[in-house]
Amino acid sequence: MSNTETYLRMYRQMVRIRAFEDQANQLYLSARMPGLTHMYSGQEAVAVGICEALRPTDRITSTHRGHGHCVAKGAEFKPMFCELLGRAEGYCRGKGGSMHIADQANGNLGANAIVGGSMGIATGAALSARRQGRDDVAVCFFGDGATAQGLMYEVMNMAALWQLPVIYACENNGYSEYTRTDEIAAGSILARAQAFGIESFRVDGQDVLAVNDLAQRLVARARKGEGPFFIELETYRYHGHHVGDINRGYYRSKDEETRWKTERDPIDTLARWMTGQGLTTQDDLDAIASAIRAEAEAAVAYALAAPFPDAAEVSRHVFAA
Amino acid sequence: MREITLSKAVNEAIAEEMRRDPAVFVIGEDVAEAGTPFKVLSGLVEEFGTDRIIDTPISEPGFMGIAVGAAMTGSRPIVDLMFGDFLFLVMDQLCNQAAKTHYMSGGKLSVPLVLRTNLGATRRSAAQHSQSLHALVAHIPGLKVALPSSAYEAKGLMKTAIRDNNPVVIFEDKLMYNDKAPVPEEEYLIPFGVANIRRAGNDITLIATSSMVQVAEAAAALLAAEGVEAEVIDPRTIVPLDEATIIASVRKTGRAIVIDEGHRSFGVTAEIAARIAEKAFYHLDGPVLRLGAMDVPVPFSPVLEDLTVPTPAAVVDAARKLMRGEAGHDA
Repeated sequence: MSNTETYLRMYRQMVRIRAFEDQANQLYLSARMPGLTHMYSGQEAVAVGICEALRPTDRITSTHRGHGHCVAKGAEFKPMFCELLGRAEGYCRGKGGSMHIADQANGNLGANAIVGGSMGIATGAALSARRQGRDDVAVCFFGDGATAQGLMYEVMNMAALWQLPVIYACENNGYSEYTRTDEIAAGSILARAQAFGIESFRVDGQDVLAVNDLAQRLVARARKGEGPFFIELETYRYHGHHVGDINRGYYRSKDEETRWKTERDPIDTLARWMTGQGLTTQDDLDAIASAIRAEAEAAVAYALAAPFPDAAEVSRHVFAA
Repeated sequence: MREITLSKAVNEAIAEEMRRDPAVFVIGEDVAEAGTPFKVLSGLVEEFGTDRIIDTPISEPGFMGIAVGAAMTGSRPIVDLMFGDFLFLVMDQLCNQAAKTHYMSGGKLSVPLVLRTNLGATRRSAAQHSQSLHALVAHIPGLKVALPSSAYEAKGLMKTAIRDNNPVVIFEDKLMYNDKAPVPEEEYLIPFGVANIRRAGNDITLIATSSMVQVAEAAAALLAAEGVEAEVIDPRTIVPLDEATIIASVRKTGRAIVIDEGHRSFGVTAEIAARIAEKAFYHLDGPVLRLGAMDVPVPFSPVLEDLTVPTPAAVVDAARKLMRGEAGHDA
């Protein structure tokens, strides 16, 4: 693939995430989606920059804010929307929902509704890869809030002792639910990993090219047994903690939100750079985006018309055969 | 038939399954050269090496989580949890992650792991090293729970657990590690959900788990001397539970006592007694009685600790009351 094709692919994947989330948000606001969900909008460059450095056999673990990771790792809209709407054709047959969406065929071991709950799972996937003689890596996506969970320190310790091919990707979006990160995290986040002798990096999580460049280098090194690694990605979530978190004035300002959206939007940033380099035109990018938005809209319509699971499904898959 | 200790039986089961399947490995604290504090795994590291008998830091939630991830990706880990009491440390990874992954993923992911740990009081280890917490995990859908009552069961159930495609928690009674029982040289597996009728009888059914099977058998011998023939049933696994064998026995005898070393309240004895009440009520000649550990933290002092667990004498006492029609009349 030429570089331009790579950039366009990253653009497309980021727009896919944004389009997915816009539709999911509308489904919630129009009361057509059961439960609630957590929007990834604003953080697209993180998932896409990293997942574009991976292959399908590499594993990721995701979070309650997981749609972006799922799309970036190769998932399709229709089974994703079906899952969000509790339909039989969902990735998890409608039994996981937004917070547990998994796509094992593409290496996504699942979103996790326990903050920090998947840090062991990603580390274990890395252990499996090494034991099985594969050079696959595992990427653990988690937020700044999860750095307050003890499990992280236990598994980073073991990953460092055993030099496992795992990359801990901390998406620091500035907020731990409804609380500013500087109120919940003493000292530096990178220093936490450095204490275990884990090579650690900080990168602008709104710059997909910077994220991808770092991810390519670290993934290649992890494949050679030089892991684990830790990345702190500075990013921002455009929506509230979840879709129902509308009035956010008590913890962050509208000005702050506007600044991130206008000055550091990951999709606009890549678009500006590509057009500036003469690699494409804004018209072409707009055409890509509108096709994707139409696809997302069609997928929602499909999912809304898709059947719910049979009642018999309720007691299936409690145990594996 | 040769007799071996329960400890040796577990060791053999794990070694055989590790030879059979390279995906199996052991992970936990002091499992390699130390062979665990109870020496159950002694010798395994010499045969399988430290890549497959993996010593960890003292990080129970961490290595439990790593095992869950490994199990989701083609490995079959055996997690060694040094004391059953440490289950509380791994609860999120066991109950929120391992137990639910297959279901939440619509059957796409599975977690074939074994968590081997122990139960049992009267080892003078006090409240945080003596609990019998199997009811706690049996409550969570998605987990299987095995309770071997002898070396024979320990080997056969462990081999089945390792081949099972689900998370299985297997509790060994830590006071029974040196107890010997006949164990065949040739390979065998014990299927889950199949109870063992240890002793046949027509007068009263004693349903007992793990170490309480010995207690029930001792009680049955005492009762036999009084002319009462007790049937002793060991469910061997409580998830899945062989309800049919229990119900059939109680329909025959009309009397039942359930004995389990977990705390008496909200536990295994209550569950089994309730199922008997639901499915054999009109066959009962008296209330279903239950014996479990007292509802107190396990005390250190031997004179106190011994009061907390069911004994053969207590079972005999309960059985006599049932036989005389006196049970169920106390305040």
